[in-house]
Amino acid sequence: MANVLVNAPKTAKRGAVVEIKALILHPMETGFRPGTSGQIIPRNIIERFTATWNDAEVFSMDMSPAISVNPFVSFFAVAAESGTVRLRWTGDQGFAVEEQVAIAVE
Amino acid sequence: MKVLRIVAGLVIVFAASWAMAQVGADKRRSGFQDMGEALQKMQDDDTANPGMLFVQLGSQSWAKKAGTADKSCADCHGAAAASMKGVAARYPAIPKDADTPLDLEGRINLCRTEHQKAERLPPESRELQALLAYVAHQSRGMPVAPPADPRLGAFREQGAAIYRRRQGQLNLSCAICHDDNAGKKLAGVTIPEAHPTGYPIYRLEWQGLGSLKRRLRNCLVGIRAEAYAYDAPEYVMLELFLMDRARGMTLESPGVRP
Repeated sequence: MANVLVNAPKTAKRGAVVEIKALILHPMETGFRPGTSGQIIPRNIIERFTATWNDAEVFSMDMSPAISVNPFVSFFAVAAESGTVRLRWTGDQGFAVEEQVAIAVE
Repeated sequence: MKVLRIVAGLVIVFAASWAMAQVGADKRRSGFQDMGEALQKMQDDDTANPGMLFVQLGSQSWAKKAGTADKSCADCHGAAAASMKGVAARYPAIPKDADTPLDLEGRINLCRTEHQKAERLPPESRELQALLAYVAHQSRGMPVAPPADPRLGAFREQGAAIYRRRQGQLNLSCAICHDDNAGKKLAGVTIPEAHPTGYPIYRLEWQGLGSLKRRLRNCLVGIRAEAYAYDAPEYVMLELFLMDRARGMTLESPGVRP
């Protein structure tokens, strides 16, 4: 089960700029650190984060090993129409998490 | 009449300033007040505070059946919002089914072995931390209220003695930093007064959640002393003393610290 915290307004005025914030539980293992056995711990990071508003992409970013554990992402989007914002994290070892929030535009 | 009115006005002014002085009489500072504005906002925003991820995890563990008794925490305790309210403000304490004081982690593990018939959760394991965060979160905003159990007194005094005892290669006691030099800088960081109001905390340096025990171990390593074993009673004694020292302060769990 995905552990995600999303902060998005439930309603927005048409044309307003809204901030959407998302926090996800993830180890973001760099792939450079040796474990207690001396072996390198395999890289396990989120590679890409995308956000779509009614299936149109409004924000995306690539993540790197330098990004901290439990990455927090904040971005802005223009509230054009009511709909669903889908947030998607994909990464190493088949990591794929999707979370959605509904925003009503008045 | 006019004189009377002025006198009455002065009385009100004095009474108000006296009342304010009473409010300000508590000079104790939570580590929260020593943090920058950005970190304070991070802690206060439940969708930016990474500790809340663990609270969420803990709420899942709360409902998960475990052990040969095949019981979940919820099967006995019901909704944590009601049954666990104020528990973190009270612990460490001596529960009914034990004869030595236990901290919250010890209490959770006692429940696991006694009632769930399950393995103890390893110290600092994610599941234990998550349950701890979930339980402690239910007491957020409540004042620290150690129980008036007379059996705790002796343990608390031992904790106070450890707090004041010099140890480690640097020959420092807890009190030297956290009583005598609190508020000053150590390597660019403000030394806090060591009030355990936010535990378990999400510490940015750890990039993870940690209990008060982890913090105490960290301090012991910092003064180059040998940390006590994970199940040592010294931690509970120290925790008893520290919670008593922070009596009445507001719980912030899960806190964020730098």
